Amino acid sequence: MATVETRRLTKHFDGVRAVDGIEMTAREGEFLVLLGPSGCGKTTLMRMIAGLERPTAGDIVIDGRVVTDLPPRERNIAMVFQSYALYPHLTVEKNISFPLRAVGTDRAEIGRKVAWAARMFGIERFLDRKPRQLSGGERQRVALARAVVREPVVFLLDEPLSNLDAKLRNSARDELKNFQRTLGTTTIYVTHDQAEAMGLGDRIAVLNQGRICQVGTPQEIYSRPADIFVATFIGSPPMNLIEDDVGYLGFRPEAFLPHGVEGGDDNITFPFRVTRLEYLGADRLVYGVLAERTPESHVISKIPTNIRTEIAAGGQYDFVVRRQDIQRFDRKSGQRMNGAG
Amino acid sequence: MARFPTVLRKAARRGGHAGILVFFVTFLAFPFYWMMITTFKTTQDLYNTANNPYLFNTPPTLNHLQVLFNDTQYLQWLANTAFVGVLVVIITLAFAVPAGYALARMTGAWAQNLGIAIFLTYLVPPTILFIPFSRIIAELGLQDSLWSLVLVYPSFTIPFCTWLLMGFFKAIPRDLEDAAMIDGLSRLGAFIKVVIPISMAGVLTAIIFAFTLVTQEFVYGVTFITSSAHYTVSVGVPTFLVRGDVYFWGSMMGACLIASIPIALIYNLFVDRFVAGFTVGAVK
Repeated sequence: MATVETRRLTKHFDGVRAVDGIEMTAREGEFLVLLGPSGCGKTTLMRMIAGLERPTAGDIVIDGRVVTDLPPRERNIAMVFQSYALYPHLTVEKNISFPLRAVGTDRAEIGRKVAWAARMFGIERFLDRKPRQLSGGERQRVALARAVVREPVVFLLDEPLSNLDAKLRNSARDELKNFQRTLGTTTIYVTHDQAEAMGLGDRIAVLNQGRICQVGTPQEIYSRPADIFVATFIGSPPMNLIEDDVGYLGFRPEAFLPHGVEGGDDNITFPFRVTRLEYLGADRLVYGVLAERTPESHVISKIPTNIRTEIAAGGQYDFVVRRQDIQRFDRKSGQRMNGAG
Repeated sequence: MARFPTVLRKAARRGGHAGILVFFVTFLAFPFYWMMITTFKTTQDLYNTANNPYLFNTPPTLNHLQVLFNDTQYLQWLANTAFVGVLVVIITLAFAVPAGYALARMTGAWAQNLGIAIFLTYLVPPTILFIPFSRIIAELGLQDSLWSLVLVYPSFTIPFCTWLLMGFFKAIPRDLEDAAMIDGLSRLGAFIKVVIPISMAGVLTAIIFAFTLVTQEFVYGVTFITSSAHYTVSVGVPTFLVRGDVYFWGSMMGACLIASIPIALIYNLFVDRFVAGFTVGAVK
């Protein structure tokens, strides 16, 4: 268990700033998710923490020790790769024991630890197989077992679920969270999937273009996004943004509901001209434009199916948003301005 | 009704498939058959154009093999070839494995040009290179020594095998090395314990190719070696079994057969890995 800290960490690739002066701390035992679109620098950031990339500038501190110039093997970390990177020529057992054999652990100890890790992930039956004889889910467990067996102070996970099918991904997410809770090891997890980030992270760091836009709990990131990028990147469908004379107003599709559904009296009413409806089972998505506004603002409303208000394409309706659900963003910087609109 | 043509088409396809296989098997096995039958044919049988050339028309003989083993230093030549071959393979691997890995992992146009430059050296023919080489060999005092061949042969085996191995190493995901380095190894350790074992097919391919190239080399062998005790098979056989315009066909074919059988066997043992080796990177 340890803290991981980056100090003004920077990485340039041929003049491109892949990581641009990132200051970030993963707290002890925390599950920190790095979330961002592809090319935002999250994988580079993680590879620098692992020691696989040399930073252009800045420092990495693990457990109070500056490790910037240490090779990966001296950082006492474990990493699970998107491809799992299992050694194809070794059996599952040898794969799991690889980190122990690399540092010359004695044989009895290796046997004990491999058994422990295999039990934790339920892969005792596969120990004699080669990775190519395993399914995707089984490979992923082997990769995790190999990561835990050495009891590192930090886990680095690089999109470990992205090669699994949707159904398996949910249960794997569950297991991942459970085992991290059990071990209490500081974990940094890279993903571009916001559902994964929201579900797994104690905190989420949202990255864009090599910088951190916001660090916070899933609730904070969702309900009080720091800027327009976070507001539109998180949430599906993304936050509605409409322009006014000061800057932008933002509100979530699920906060934008037919008049009369939302109680209370501190609501703002918008006339909403509906252009299209999508029925998604649990919700209805209503696409349309706000009437009497220039420029034309396209917005989406997400209405739970159990609200049965009649809505038809082509019609115009009054929709409301609670004042406290409206965020204001600065026109120039895109930063959220204080308080609710 | 509609089924009949399908069945017919299937049969035709299967027949065509078999036909192609039979053709290639015959084509490839024929040299071995020819070598074998010629080795054991009497000279009269061989030279009589009225005879069926594919069969024994008179009883087979061991005369040609007796000539080969008793009247020439064939066994010595085999030993020389093996000696040079093994040393050249070792030298080749010592250079080509690290070079191929470096070229596979280096990025940018620079690395690619370097790779092409190495391959280009392979394309310079021995018939040109033996002139400067003979000067070097003389300076080193290695005339008529097998060591001259050990020195010169890597000049074509190293570039060839470097190129070959580069393809293999490129096919190995970098993640594996990264994982090995995180799991406690240095880059060199990751290379030795992970990359090399995974690319064993490539290393085997390089070994067999280097050895085959050495076995069939003629120009350097005939230039730098002068005494018959130091000949390799590819030089000794044509030198001693062609006297003026008299060809000792039976003995020559016997010599070729004996030299080619071990290599053919090794090829067959690793044929799967070879195929994998040639198609590396093409499939994924």
